[in-house]
Amino acid sequence: MPAVQDTVDRVRAIDVDQYKYGFETTIEMEKSEKGISEDVIRFISAKKNEPAWLLEWRLDAYKRWQTMKEPDWARVSYDKVDYNDIYYYAAPKRKSVESLDEIDPEILATYEKLGIPLREVEVLEGVAPERRVAVDAVFDSVSVATTFKAELSKAGVIFMPISEAVREYPELVQKYLGSVVPVTDNFFATLNSAVFSDGSFVYIPPGVRCPMELSTYFRINERDTGQFERTLIIADKGSYVSYLEGCTAPKRDDNQLHAAVVELVALDDAEIKYSTVQNWYPGDAQGKGGIYNFVTKRGDCRGARSKISWTQVETGSAITWKYPSCILRGDDSRGEFYSIAVSNGMQQVDSGTKMIHLGKNTTSRIISKGISAGRSQNTYRGLVSAHKKAKGARNFTNCDSLLIGDQCGAHTVPYIESKNASAVFEHEATTSKISEDQKFYCLQRGLSEEEATALIVNGFVRDVLQQLPMEFAVEAQKLISISLEGSVG
Amino acid sequence: MADVTNLRTPAETGLSKLFEVARMKFPTGVSIAREEAFRYFEAMGLPSRRVEAFKYTDLRAALKEAAPPADAPGAEAAHRALDAAKGFSGIEALRLAFVNGHLVAEASDLGRVPQGVTLAPLNEALAAGDRLLEHLAPVSQARENPIYQLNAAFMADGLLVHVAAGTKVEAPLHLRFVGTGAEAFSTATRVLVVLEADAELTVLESHEGPDGVAYQPNDALDVVIADRARFHHTRLNGEGREAIALSTISARLGAGSHIETVNLVTGAVLSRHQIYLHFAGEDATATVNGATMLGNGQLADSTLLADHAAVGGVSRELFKTVIDGDATGVFQGKIIVEQIAQKTDGKMKSDCLLLPDEGQMMNKPELEIFADDVACGHGATCGAPDDDLLFYLMARGLPRTEAESLLVQAFLGEALESVTHEGAREALIGEVETWLAKRA
Repeated sequence: MPAVQDTVDRVRAIDVDQYKYGFETTIEMEKSEKGISEDVIRFISAKKNEPAWLLEWRLDAYKRWQTMKEPDWARVSYDKVDYNDIYYYAAPKRKSVESLDEIDPEILATYEKLGIPLREVEVLEGVAPERRVAVDAVFDSVSVATTFKAELSKAGVIFMPISEAVREYPELVQKYLGSVVPVTDNFFATLNSAVFSDGSFVYIPPGVRCPMELSTYFRINERDTGQFERTLIIADKGSYVSYLEGCTAPKRDDNQLHAAVVELVALDDAEIKYSTVQNWYPGDAQGKGGIYNFVTKRGDCRGARSKISWTQVETGSAITWKYPSCILRGDDSRGEFYSIAVSNGMQQVDSGTKMIHLGKNTTSRIISKGISAGRSQNTYRGLVSAHKKAKGARNFTNCDSLLIGDQCGAHTVPYIESKNASAVFEHEATTSKISEDQKFYCLQRGLSEEEATALIVNGFVRDVLQQLPMEFAVEAQKLISISLEGSVG
Repeated sequence: MADVTNLRTPAETGLSKLFEVARMKFPTGVSIAREEAFRYFEAMGLPSRRVEAFKYTDLRAALKEAAPPADAPGAEAAHRALDAAKGFSGIEALRLAFVNGHLVAEASDLGRVPQGVTLAPLNEALAAGDRLLEHLAPVSQARENPIYQLNAAFMADGLLVHVAAGTKVEAPLHLRFVGTGAEAFSTATRVLVVLEADAELTVLESHEGPDGVAYQPNDALDVVIADRARFHHTRLNGEGREAIALSTISARLGAGSHIETVNLVTGAVLSRHQIYLHFAGEDATATVNGATMLGNGQLADSTLLADHAAVGGVSRELFKTVIDGDATGVFQGKIIVEQIAQKTDGKMKSDCLLLPDEGQMMNKPELEIFADDVACGHGATCGAPDDDLLFYLMARGLPRTEAESLLVQAFLGEALESVTHEGAREALIGEVETWLAKRA
């Protein structure tokens, strides 16, 4: 497998500084006043030119949020966020732009540095088209560019920042927004509902297979800001879309909050494949700084025979609190969750999934691979439940944990609730360390200890990597090795 | 909006009143510990589903009223109750009988205790301030549990068992717990077993009581197993159909020691059996199994915590649940491997067979691991009997119920195989057959 060699090369090439996306872009920003209040929410809403119903929706969420308590059941400990000491809106000063030439060159340079293509690659006649990916780039609170919009719209696909969709397709947004993750869902989702800034909106019309992969790239740049993006993807009957999400942030000594909400809706026979490579700044070796990643992601298989598949590679963030879930409402619908969660240094991960079987003959599959190194804590927390009416529901769960070093922890907390006899659930979990035999075998063949570890880890997570789109898989493999840098010896 | 959890339920208020009355009657021995235990319980209250460890067993909702502690029964009533109780009756054993939570000396073999073994009724030991009492409550995590603390506050009688170093006791000790009465009552018994180094003991426990009376037993077994000692324990929950039966085992394992505990449940409308294991010494091993058979309206909860705090511990847990009708099975198991506990080998499994009906099973197997050189795993399955297997048997002329019975026997049998004492193993298999016969 050439990618394995690539990983090994990569590990060899790394210098001490592991996080390569930790730079900062200096541009003039426009911000809301610090803290959260009705005025701030009105300010955000006005900035985005929102209709009155959405402002009401936000204010209602804010009222509810004020009565809610921050959840404390996850196996993470952190200094609580002072919600009045962050900016809820920060956007580059230059006004919205029509073409890339008008974007602040600093931002363009930023994305170039991050390796994100903001320029559409022209396809020459007669030349086989490369595999193309449409990108929506979200910089702090706003989307700065969205590529291939025109070409996508030819196929009827709507792909745009959600703030734009609110204006252009209000009926679609109003119909689906908050229908999967209700405003009152949880503390962070409610906060997001009140102050969300940008994110992507995708609508795939009936019977359309989205002609290219869609992706959103999130970047936190400004100091003392939180990022509250909101993504809404609707796959209408018989459609298909593959969506990728990536994220990075500068290196800072203080913690920054990222509280996103992602809602997916799959109607009859539709399929959504959602892949994430989460690489927020994880903090330094002493646990200073890093992103608090408190995210609510949920997919609703609303139609019969629909399918939602989550694939995530989690290497970043100081604290992760994230459970991408599937509500299997339609008969014969299917949910999948493939996850690799790597933690190193002082990182704390509490992540997993929920598969809620409501329809008949629904199936789900969970493959979770946790790797803990350094002094990190890595928890898988998941729920599989079959409702009384979910006859013939089926689930298979496999969560394996790998420990590297004796200072870290790996934990598994699955809830398996079966409320009818025809549901068949299987769950297995293991925890172990890297096999000495395997390592010895690799060392014998001339690999260094670090190379051997990378190789074995790549084998350990292979089931999940295979689910990622090609480019992402390679990227993810590199990331995993980089994240584990310094964990051996 | 008022926080409902702060409102005290009638049962909680009732328990406070009962404690005020009961404490006057108790021997002074551990009165401070009793007081502390009750205050601890009072502060927590009856656990509702908001309390993570009681997510599936809402005691606050289930326990509507606190039943008064039962007095020692009259001799005649006691004998009648004991005659009716059949659990483990065919086994040659040293018997100790408790009726409504009080030791019935006339029906107990206190006179023929083998050499190396000391037995003392708990209320006498409490009054005398027996030095063995310092071994009570050997596992710290159990002391954070409201059911266990409630037992500590109300424990009225029980037994102290001490086995001297190197003594291998041949005949099992059979503890018979029998309830009798027409009105609701509660019992709280505590048995403390201390095995010195290299000792070996088998304990059989049977719990039986009247159907149709909502009595509330709360039993606790504390076990301290010194280095290389071996403890075999088989428990039978055949409580009456209306009982709310709570029980806790907490065991502390010395180096190279072994515990085997198997619990078979058919009784009680609601039962919760809690097992706390603390691996204090190196290379200790544990086998913890459960076999549960439930019919309409029942809920049975098995909650286990295995805390590996020393190198090289091995634990094997296997829980099998068969649910027939509108019943709920709960399994919560947690294996903790502390940082020091390298080379731990822990395997935990919970399987559930839902016979075609309204049953539900809640599984929560957890791993909490802080050491890297370990091999730990858990599995959980849940589903109806395999159609292919049923078809195979039915094609050979067995009616469906019989075919199912055969599969159920095989299914539960796996959890009963590990019972070392042959008679006890046979008795449990007999219980499975009786349950299946009633079902057919």
